[in-house]
Amino acid sequence: MKVLTLNFLTCAVKACKSTSTSFPLHPKDCEMVSDTIEPNPKLLYNILPRVNWTALLTTVAELGFPELPPNPPTIEELQADEKMTQELHTLLLETQISEGCLVCGNCGHAYAIKEGIANFLLPNHLV
Amino acid sequence: MSRPEDTLPPDLHYNDSEAKKYTTSSRIQNIQAQMTNRALELLKLKEPSLILDVGCGSGLSGEILSSVDPQEGGPHIWVGMDISASMLDVALQRDIEGDLMLADIGQGVPFRAGSFDAAISISAIQWLCNADSNDVSSTGRLSRFFNGLYASLKRGGKAVCQFYPKNEQQRTMISGAAIKAGFGAGILEDDPGTKNGKLYLVLEVGGDGGDITGVVKGLDGVDVVDARRKHAEKGRKIHKGSKAWIMGKKEQMERKGKVVKNNSKYTGRKRKITF
Repeated sequence: MKVLTLNFLTCAVKACKSTSTSFPLHPKDCEMVSDTIEPNPKLLYNILPRVNWTALLTTVAELGFPELPPNPPTIEELQADEKMTQELHTLLLETQISEGCLVCGNCGHAYAIKEGIANFLLPNHLV
Repeated sequence: MSRPEDTLPPDLHYNDSEAKKYTTSSRIQNIQAQMTNRALELLKLKEPSLILDVGCGSGLSGEILSSVDPQEGGPHIWVGMDISASMLDVALQRDIEGDLMLADIGQGVPFRAGSFDAAISISAIQWLCNADSNDVSSTGRLSRFFNGLYASLKRGGKAVCQFYPKNEQQRTMISGAAIKAGFGAGILEDDPGTKNGKLYLVLEVGGDGGDITGVVKGLDGVDVVDARRKHAEKGRKIHKGSKAWIMGKKEQMERKGKVVKNNSKYTGRKRKITF
């Protein structure tokens, strides 16, 4: 699962919908893999405004990656700075979680990830 | 032909052998590719986007999403949800680019608001009409799905869901649930009345103020039938004594088997005041 996808995922439990602690999900005991994906700066420009930067900072810190600037770069900055674009591409799209689990900060439910596939199936009483 | 929806729930129906059969059949591959391309045509994406694939299965449709030509606004990245572990297993073996999730769409869409540019779904949402255990209802599953989908799309985002309703009732149930969730909805029917007929539920999260019929603008050979207008007319009251009212009464009497005078251009006209 890409780090980008993790930035959009929330807890699926009904009771967690209304709380702010259910986002972002916290990765735990994760194994990471790196996949090569062709760089696509246009995609990055399109998606970046929707990425929740504070959540991304949390995720990056939890996964133990080098720190990001505290504020998201603007599109103009990205267009000028090729290195930054490449770094974000590597982080958001190429870095993937292959094994581990995602834990909700509110209810503590752990969603297992196996072979890169997160299991979001819930028992009926939780939805 | 029997419907797989009627026999088993989707996570059991698509077991290892069925998933393999589904993915290796060139006929199914062809049809899936056609439908995905049609859905992309309806989505009209102009730049590389983040797409949600609902019921992605083995990633047949996702493959097409990641291979869209840069000149046509691609390649897109996508996140797929499916309930069948076997299907996802096949997807893993086929080494596709998108992210996969094992999730039941009837339990909602676990993404934060405004995540996706668009969503597609090929032959999946009719499964929602079946409630497989007695503590869930099909209307509940449909509404959870459409509410979740509505929230996870960005403003102005579109979703195209190709589906196979069993009957008219399922069709209205699905489109009704989508409208209730707040979508602007329309159904595009390809090859209506034939065996190859395909239904596409086109949904839009209000944004640019356009009407849902604007989606098919510029497509060849599409007739727009606006059921909303018909519905509004239905509600309008017919005045007693008007021509429409008289015609209605005559029809009613005719159906009862009474002798009714023929209709002419004079039917329902006022007599001239002679004096």
